[in-house]
Amino acid sequence: MADFDVEVRVTPRRGILDPQGKAVEGALRSLGLSGASEVHVGRLIVFALAAGSEGEAAARVDEMCRKLLANPVTEDFDVRLRERAGSAR
Amino acid sequence: MKFGVVTFPGSNCDYDCYKAVREQLGAEAVFLWHKDHDLQGVDAVFLPGGFSYGDYLRAGAIASLSPIMREVTAFAEAGGPVAGICNGFQILCEAGLLPGQLIRNRGLKFRSRPVHLLVERADTLFTREYTIGDVLRIPIAHGEGCYFADPDVLDELQANGQIVFRYCDEDGLVSPASNPNGSARNIAGVVNAAGNVLGMMPHPERAVEELLGSTDGLGFFRSIADHLAAV
Repeated sequence: MADFDVEVRVTPRRGILDPQGKAVEGALRSLGLSGASEVHVGRLIVFALAAGSEGEAAARVDEMCRKLLANPVTEDFDVRLRERAGSAR
Repeated sequence: MKFGVVTFPGSNCDYDCYKAVREQLGAEAVFLWHKDHDLQGVDAVFLPGGFSYGDYLRAGAIASLSPIMREVTAFAEAGGPVAGICNGFQILCEAGLLPGQLIRNRGLKFRSRPVHLLVERADTLFTREYTIGDVLRIPIAHGEGCYFADPDVLDELQANGQIVFRYCDEDGLVSPASNPNGSARNIAGVVNAAGNVLGMMPHPERAVEELLGSTDGLGFFRSIADHLAAV
């Protein structure tokens, strides 16, 4: 077993109206900070996971994303896995 | 005839539903606790409005996984009537009992006001007391009420006649101006393909007495009661 640090980034699917992103984009512009476009606001979910291998960890996180962490109707997700140094046991 | 109203942590329209059933239908109503696995032999289930689990993660996402939802899903799959109002609609979508999802209102604002609804189906068990083309005045109160589904899913809903209510103006005109939250095709309420699971963002339980400003929601409760009486 090894411990992994997991980051799941969930973002509104491109092309779907994201009013939060639009509002942030407008606020950036009103600050005079120009050039930002296609702003989307999502969420970052971080956790630790014990798994036998990186492949197993990836498969389990994928299932977590599909069943709960993201809603495939409107959201995309992206997973980053990092094994904790010296965590293999 | 017995109605069940599920209470999740954060539900706040459960008592309104309970009261509508008891006082307007004169029928029996019971609260169903989210942690229970027992539907207490009810003939119909309401998932009420509110902010279950504080809308954490996504509105309705956590509630859709609560213990009672396993029973509600089995009840729905066996043909039992299930109606989700507001947060209840969000929960039904998250549970996969209805297609699509309710996302943040287009204008970002929480909308709390009466709206007009066009009745597009008067042959469902939830709307048999209405007539196609009726315009109802019923309140909404939500921040995440923008109905979204992929275009092919919307086409399928349309083709199957699963769109039950649309936002309209007081004359029944469906237009972008009468859409309070940016919902696709002005959708305010849908049923599943089998016709026994309905979700709607407006609150019929808040329109059942003159004192509340409208009685247009009565037909919704009476329709279900008529259906149960006829079964």
